[in-house]
Amino acid sequence: MVYEKVNEKPAPITSKGIIGWLRENLFSSPLNSAMTFLGFYFLYLIIPPFVKWAIIDAHFVGNSRADCTGTGACWLFIKAKLDMYMYGFYPLDLHWRPNTVYVLFGVLILAFKFIKNNMAKIVLFTLYMILVFILIRGGYFGLSVVDTNKWGGLMLTIIVAGVGIIASFPIGIVLAFGRQSNLPIIKSVSVTYIEFIRGVPLITILFMSSVILPLFFPEGVTFDKLLRALIGISFFQAAYIAEIIRGGLQSIQKGQYEAADAIGLSYWQKMLLVILPQALKVAIPNLVGSFIALFQDTTLVLIIGLFDLLAMVQLTSSDIHWLGFEKEGYVFVTIVFWVFCFAMSKYSKSLENRFNTDLK
Amino acid sequence: MLSILRNQKVRGILFQLLTVIGLVAFLWYIGTNTLHNIEQRGIRTGFAFLDTTAGFAINESPISYSEASTYWTVFEVGVLNTLIVSFWAIVLSTILGLIIGVARLSKNWIIAKLASAYIDTFRNIPILLQILFWYNVVLATLPPPRKSIEFFNSIFINNRGIIVPKPIFGASGIYVVVGIIVAILAVYFINRWLNKRQEETGEEFFFLPWGILILLVTPYLFYLLGPDKIVWNMPHLKGFNFRGGKVFSPEFLALVFALTIYTATFIAEAIRSGIEAVKKGQKEAATSIGLSPYQSLKLVVLPQAIRIAIPPTINQYLNVVKNSSLATAIGYPEVVTVFAGTALNQVGQAIEMISMTMAVYLVVSLLVSMLLNWINHKMKIKER
Repeated sequence: MVYEKVNEKPAPITSKGIIGWLRENLFSSPLNSAMTFLGFYFLYLIIPPFVKWAIIDAHFVGNSRADCTGTGACWLFIKAKLDMYMYGFYPLDLHWRPNTVYVLFGVLILAFKFIKNNMAKIVLFTLYMILVFILIRGGYFGLSVVDTNKWGGLMLTIIVAGVGIIASFPIGIVLAFGRQSNLPIIKSVSVTYIEFIRGVPLITILFMSSVILPLFFPEGVTFDKLLRALIGISFFQAAYIAEIIRGGLQSIQKGQYEAADAIGLSYWQKMLLVILPQALKVAIPNLVGSFIALFQDTTLVLIIGLFDLLAMVQLTSSDIHWLGFEKEGYVFVTIVFWVFCFAMSKYSKSLENRFNTDLK
Repeated sequence: MLSILRNQKVRGILFQLLTVIGLVAFLWYIGTNTLHNIEQRGIRTGFAFLDTTAGFAINESPISYSEASTYWTVFEVGVLNTLIVSFWAIVLSTILGLIIGVARLSKNWIIAKLASAYIDTFRNIPILLQILFWYNVVLATLPPPRKSIEFFNSIFINNRGIIVPKPIFGASGIYVVVGIIVAILAVYFINRWLNKRQEETGEEFFFLPWGILILLVTPYLFYLLGPDKIVWNMPHLKGFNFRGGKVFSPEFLALVFALTIYTATFIAEAIRSGIEAVKKGQKEAATSIGLSPYQSLKLVVLPQAIRIAIPPTINQYLNVVKNSSLATAIGYPEVVTVFAGTALNQVGQAIEMISMTMAVYLVVSLLVSMLLNWINHKMKIKER
């Protein structure tokens, strides 16, 4: 008897290809089918009207509000006010300075894609922020000084977030070390600071830094409004950074500390050369997460009277020539914020996956 | 001498001593400066201002408040409003977060994608922007009172907010409260007895729907026992505005909507990661000893998932309370707006007033972290 190979039958049409996928994922049970229709109905309710408003009925050409006639979005408003959104009240002839900052920001993001060393990233970012400061404020290399009350829009948002990230980092690391320390006084000071800051909302810290901080210093010492906000935000963010780094520190095995002690490293050598690099690696996804939170929190400076990107909506839509375009303003600003935050969160996800590989 | 300095204990003490000296010097420096500045500017100190008349109006107050009330009453109104708005946002964001978190794990492709799009969209938009959007765009474009959107001639939606009938409990109120307490106690003890019986005899009873029924019906039965009936204070149009009923102001609604939508994304993620953290082997083991899908969910997956999901969720509740302070941007009268804002502008005693405001949040976060510790202790896996 000879056995012949019988070819396998193809899978039934209902369980492969598009139909199979649809059956499996959308219509596997009556309840599921109902949910699917509900889902599509929901999309139908949201997307067509929005597309109609934002694109189909929208106005893109023209230069005054008279050109916006229909019911769609009036993007002319954004076009007319784009300078405000990007630079605030920054002098028109000096716009090349913030523009350079934006271009360099793009270069920085690209560079981050190729540089794998975390320390190099931190150094590069710090250098970038110093350059931003010199460019925007001026006063060096023959650049004329531009007062901080002229700063605004997206530029200010990036400056506040960037300074907040850089300034809070060293304070956060010291606080995290302090909290992990076995010296009781150091530890209790750090814990008190961290828990106090984490227990109160940022807005109270901002009020404090704008109202109480000037009282702390002798007469004659004056702080710029922006500087006060930056101080408040940095000290606020530091407590959160400290907690994240502490999480990283806790994941380091005791053997690492003991090995560092055994080869005779001092405390700071041990922490900076052995422990911190490993802790940072673990903590980076969470750090990016907290930078997203910080970036979103920069909007709070509008409450103490700075004109960041969000504040520009109210400012520009109260222009008598362009009344009533708040909706366009908010949608535009929402998209800008969303793009930044979403990109950062995707970046943090990819980092997480990359670091996870050695644990799988 | 040098060898003493190399001693780790000595160095530790020395280092701490330096920190203390530095800290004291710093505090002394800012302390004297502050005292000097306060004197120079003629700012008063102390808490005597709390007994003086505030003289400004607050448009929403859970307790009786008038312009003749003191600053202490302003503080109380602010704290209560903070708690009220946080309460609503917490309840609603928990419900929404649960739905989205479960939908995110749904086997239905479109539902899962919708849920994840929701999360990716709203957690990446600053909460203040969301609050302002709701307030300035959505709620401001609602029709005026005379053209309200109405439901059943009793619920009205217009640019003054949402107005609903307001129940006025007479003497029956206390009966309802007693009914609620009795219902909670009954559910608690019945549940405990059922669990005990299951442990002893293996007999199961699906109590959840009955528990909900008891919670709903008991207060109603007690209400029927009461001497009088609920009177509904119906809203009605008078002139250009509504009179009567319970008004949810646009400020309140914008805050609750934005906080709910924003916080729900984080709660949904907490719930999803809790469920996903339960290892596949656990579900397989449950199936292999013959548990039904429902039993496996109730007895194996959920107890482990909840343990992981609860701490981050409670942290989000704390964030809701803290984020409610952003109400100051739209003028909802919570503690930052009325006390650290309006009242501070009038009195000018920044140190006292901002400290009091911060103390409110610190007390809340202290209570929440005590609650968390207690829950963590309760939920700790009991090992032999």
